[in-house]
Formats: sequence, C-alpha cells, structure tokens
Amino acid sequence: MSGTRPTMLHAASVTKRFRVGSRFRTGGVQIVHALTDVSLDVFPGETVGLVGESGCGKSTLGRCLLRLYSIDDGRIAFQGKDITNLSQRELRPLRAEMQMVFQDPYSSLNPRRRVGDLIAEPLRVHGKRSEADVQNRLRELMELVNLSPDFLQRFPHEFSGGQRQRIGIARAIAMSPRLVVADEPVSALDVSVQAQIVNLFMDLQQKLGLTYVFIAHDLSVVRQIATRTAVMYLGGIVEIGDTDTVLHSPAHPYTAALISAVPEPDPHGNIRARTILRGEPPSPTNPPSGCRFHTRCPIAQERCGVEVPVLRPLDPGRRVACHFPLQSGEVAGHG
Amino acid sequence: MPAEPSAPAETLLDVRNLSVSFRSEKGVIRIIEDISFSVGAREILSIVGESGSGKSITSLAVMRLITDPNAIIEGSIIYKGRDLLKLDPREMRDLRGRDIAMIFQDPMTAMTPVYTIGWQIEEQIRAHQKLSRRAARARAVELLGEMGIPAPARAATRYPHQLSGGMRQRAMIAMALSCNPSLLIADEPTTALDVTVQAQILELIQRLRRDFGSSVILITHDMGVVGTISDRVMVMYAGTVVERGPKPMVLAQPSHPYTLGLLRSIPPMHGERPFRLPSIPGSPPAPTARPAGCPFQPRCDFRFEPCGNRPPLFRHGAQEVACFLAADHLPDWDHERAIRAPGAAA
Ligand SMILES: Nc1ncnc2c1ncn2[C@@H]1O[C@H](COP(=O)(O)OP(=O)(O)O)[C@@H](O)[C@H]1O
Ligand code: SF4
Ligand code: SF4
Ligand SMILES: [Mg+2]
Repeated sequence: MSGTRPTMLHAASVTKRFRVGSRFRTGGVQIVHALTDVSLDVFPGETVGLVGESGCGKSTLGRCLLRLYSIDDGRIAFQGKDITNLSQRELRPLRAEMQMVFQDPYSSLNPRRRVGDLIAEPLRVHGKRSEADVQNRLRELMELVNLSPDFLQRFPHEFSGGQRQRIGIARAIAMSPRLVVADEPVSALDVSVQAQIVNLFMDLQQKLGLTYVFIAHDLSVVRQIATRTAVMYLGGIVEIGDTDTVLHSPAHPYTAALISAVPEPDPHGNIRARTILRGEPPSPTNPPSGCRFHTRCPIAQERCGVEVPVLRPLDPGRRVACHFPLQSGEVAGHG
Repeated sequence: MPAEPSAPAETLLDVRNLSVSFRSEKGVIRIIEDISFSVGAREILSIVGESGSGKSITSLAVMRLITDPNAIIEGSIIYKGRDLLKLDPREMRDLRGRDIAMIFQDPMTAMTPVYTIGWQIEEQIRAHQKLSRRAARARAVELLGEMGIPAPARAATRYPHQLSGGMRQRAMIAMALSCNPSLLIADEPTTALDVTVQAQILELIQRLRRDFGSSVILITHDMGVVGTISDRVMVMYAGTVVERGPKPMVLAQPSHPYTLGLLRSIPPMHGERPFRLPSIPGSPPAPTARPAGCPFQPRCDFRFEPCGNRPPLFRHGAQEVACFLAADHLPDWDHERAIRAPGAAA
C-alpha cells in the first residue's frame, strides 16, 4: 500500500512461528503461530501504534521489524533496502539507525555498570569517536532526556522507574537512529510518571525527526501518541488506519470491543454500560479457522469460520480484515 | 467518633487511626501514617494510589496478614463490632476465608500449585461449612461456572498452571467467594489482565455485591477502574489519605492537587488530544524518603507557606481533602492556578 511514498520500513506478509515444548514431554512439540501474513508500512516521521491483548504478537512483530528475529516467510525492507535475509553481522551497520526501547528499563540495563557507561556503550562500540566526543555526546543526551549530567556516575538501581526509562531512551537514541520501536515503554510506570515519558517521546520525535512504532496495550496512550494505529488479534493485523478513524469509528468488531472495554475515569461510569467480550483469545498454537476472531465475535456468520478475511481498504486511510465491517457509529453486540 | 461524612449508614468495617511501621537497621520506618476509614454494608470502596502509597499494606493489615515480626501495627480495626487486632490467631483464621476474603494481582499467591483447582475450592468450603466432599465438589464446580469458566467440571480437575491468567483469576475469585464473604478485599485484581478480561472480572465483582450483598474494598492504581465500579473513592499518597468522597464527586471535582494531577495525566479517549499531557513532576517518594509537612509538597505546583505543616483532612459536604487549599472550601482550580501556579500546564 506504499504507493510512491518512500517507506521507512516495509513489511510484507511476514510470518513467524516458534517451536515450543519438547518431543520428550507431554504435549510434544507445538508450533506457536505468532505472526501470520502481517504487512505493515511505516512512513518517515510518523508514529504507528500497535495495540492488542497480550500474546497477540505485538512484541514479536516489533522484533521481526528490526530483524532481532529471523522470519519464516515474507519480506522486510528498511529505507528501501531488503533486510529479510541479512545475518546479524550484516545488520550491524544498520543497527545504529534502528533501535528498540523496552518495557522494563531495569532488566535491560546492566546493574553493575554506571549510567554513563551504559549510555556510551553503543557510541564506543559503533562509533569511531574520541573519548572527549563521547563525553560531549553523553551530556547532550542527558539534556535531551531531561536528566542531570551528575547522574552519569551513578548506578541504575539508584533511579526511579521513570528515570530508568529516560536512561533506556538515551541509550536508544545515542547513535541518532531514524526508527525506534518502543515495546510497552510506559506500561510498568506509575500513572503520574507515564505522562512524562509519553511527552518525552513526543518531544524527541519533534526535535530529532524520529519515526516510531509504539507498542502498547493501553488504547488511550496510543490515541495520544500515534498518528496511525494497527489493531492486532492472534497474530494478525485486523484493522489499521488513522488513529482518530480507527478509535472513533472502529470497523472491526474486535476493535469496537477493545475500545468498549477501556475503563474510563468517568464520574458516572458503570460496568453495565459496556459491551463485554466473552471468553479469552484462543491459543496461537491452534488458531481458529477462517476469521481468527470468529469464536468470540458477536456478529459472526457461517462464512466467518471458513473464509479468512483479508486486510483490504474500507475507506481512505483505513484497512480492515472482516467480512462484515461495522458501519460508522454501529456497536458490535448489544450488552 | 462518627465515621467520615460520606460513609453509608450501616458500617461493616471501621478502621481507626491505623499506623503500620517496620523496625529496621535505619530505625523505624512508617508505612501507614494514622489513617482512618470505613466500609459500609454493600459498598464498593476503591483505594487508589501509586507504588509505595501503602494501599496493599493497609489491606494486609486488615486481613492480619502482616507476619513480619518487625512490624508494629497500631490503631483499631473494628469489623462487625469486634477489633480484629485483638482477636487471637485462631479466631482470625476462622474469620478469614469465611467472612473476609482477599484476592490478589497474582492468583498464585492464594493457590497451591500441587493441587487441582477443584480440590482447593473444596477444601476452602469444607474448612468453614459442614458439607460432604461430594456436595463441596458440586458447589466448587457451580462456582467456577458462575465465574464464567467454560466446562467448569473439567476445569476443576486442572492444576493452576494449566489455566490462563484470566482463568486463574476467576478460579481464585471462585475460591474467595466460596463462603459468601461479607467483605472482599481485591488488591489490583485486574492489573495483570487484558482489558477485555478486566471488564469481565469487574463485572463479576459488581455481581458479587448485587447477588450476595457483599462489600468490596478494591485496591487499584487505575482511575479508569475506579470510574467503572466504585461507590466511594479514597486516594492515598505516601501512607496518608489525601482525598475521599463519593466517586461521582471525586472524579467530577478532584480537590487535592494529587488527585487532580492523576486524573489529568490520563490521556483522554474522547475529545481534543492535549498537545502535551499534563504530568506530575518527579515520582512518588519511597517510605524512607517521605518529605516533612505535606507529603505531596515536592511535586505540588500549588504549594504555599502553610504546606510545611501536615494538612489535616478538611471536610466539605461528603468530600474530604488533606490540602491547605481546601481549608475553607473546595478549591477552584482556575483561580488557584492563576494566583499560585502560573507556570502549571493548564
Ligand atoms: N521466544 C518465543 N518462544 C516461543 N513462543 C513465543 C516466543 N515469543 C513469543 N512467543 C509466543 O508468540 C505469541 C505472540 O507473543 P508476543 O509477540 O510476545 O505477544 P504480545 O507482545 O502481543 O504480548 C504468544 O503466544 C507468545 O507466547
Ligand atoms: S469476519 Fe466475521 S467473525 Fe471475523 S470479525 Fe468479521 S464478522 Fe466477526
Ligand atoms: S497542602 Fe500544599 S503542598 Fe500539599 S497538596 Fe495542598 S497545596 Fe500542595
Ligand atoms: Mg509484548
């Protein structure tokens, strides 16, 4: 769907499977269908939000996009260059330009190293910089993420969750990447701190012209930060489009159910006013036939269990994988 | 001593001047600083706060589940007329499970990995009721079904690790409800769950009140969850109560700067997207590093001279606020912002 616009990242029909279990254990070897036929274009300067419930494949997709994982099928191109089959060694020069930020900044930071060394590591490994240069860049980075340069001498455990996430972000942007994939970067933070980090992501995007893939399970965070939003269910994208379109007039019944389930701090809120989706996502080791959502979809018909709905344009700026997309304003299932 | 102004007529639990401290090498650390609150019959009270605010310790104290020999618990916890802090361990054990039940964020806290779900619920039932094993099993299966677990008879034969997080949560709730407790304490019961499953669990908690007339203390960090099912809200910060009142009032007119900040930092799902999210600077203090005076002072855009002292809970109608801005009446934020915090993001 890229047309003639150059993409920052182009993923076509990406499929990723994991083998789990063991031949020698009960249950034997099983195949987890983590991603099936996922296509996604990311354009320079935009933020694509990836939402969906745990296990739907958001993290796997994020890692495949950066080729932190190999893929079983499909194609991935970064700034026009095919990176599908590059080895990790061949990818190394590109790593500076595509970076990842993780949910738990603590587990991704070596506790025994000083913050300065942690942030400088990519600079020392990749760059051919003098030590004075590295020190200058460190100070610049600390300013960008609003941390005092005094902190460079300290250890990660001396920091709060929000400060640690700032350190994680400083490390990710150290090499001036073009693309950052952020995997649930605010999910583990206290509510009062989440907003600070969301603002920081938005500030950095403006200052540095970054492109983001922003993974979150919190729809309101994605609404705040993402220009486009992709909704995932059981290893596939079910709806993608401009954030406002997708969140205000969802066309896929799953998107509608997800939005209805978001609890809001409404003075007159009431659980009974919501459409509650029954059951839980089926196992990706044995996904349902046809539309993968048909086992929980409130408007499923016979055709849905047989025929896989492909992601196709519904209106300008939006694509949906559903045989019976909702008309705007319609709500799937009543009560 | 009357309960707080917003409390319903019939009181089930009345916590008075509760303090919890721990002796450590660095001296005595106060976690809960002299808080009082009550829970009415059939009421859902939400306790909201961030990490370190003391909301879980409060509930563990009520359950008498703080076993650390270095803990110092003061005050009184009057439940149905008896002070739980004065009961002997056997009386307390009897009450726990039968009369007061608790569910946790991590269901494994309440379950044993080596027994089946059904067996664990049966045991719970038989510990408090004279029932045959057969009748107890039937009741266990029935409860699992009521919790929305498909094929409950089969689920009863499963071990906890064989169920998904949402199913385990339901099984734990089934266990907690097996004796129709008068009071359920739910500590972040949906934090680890996805929103669609969260909605199902919140609906279950709501039904518990409707069908069994139970009261619920719901501990959460999520104002969205508060908005969805509570009657009253109590906001905690650094071991103190900073605001309390009926949910519609607190959410419509938050009157402590911390409550206001929490609500405003949630990105809205409707209407204008703010260019920048209003945020609270800094982060919640650790119990060892709580500031003197008003505990929110270092993060507060509105602080002024009196804030070096600890503010009492000022009462205005059904709302209570521990902030000097509310000394005479609930604060008008536009006005306060204009005179005290011109730099604060509007
Ligand atoms: N390294 C792995 N090995 C085996 N299974 C995995 C691995 N990583 C992810 N999975 C499985 O793939 C599916 C998608 O997972 P994930 O991408 O982590 O989802 P999300 O990030 O949306 O929660 C899940 O069923 C998960 O258990
Ligand atoms: S294709 Fe059918 S089952 Fe799938 S979402 Fe659409 S209506 Fe529901
Ligand atoms: S008492 Fe003072 S510092 Fe504390 S919340 Fe009120 S205005 Fe802010
Ligand atoms: Mg993930």
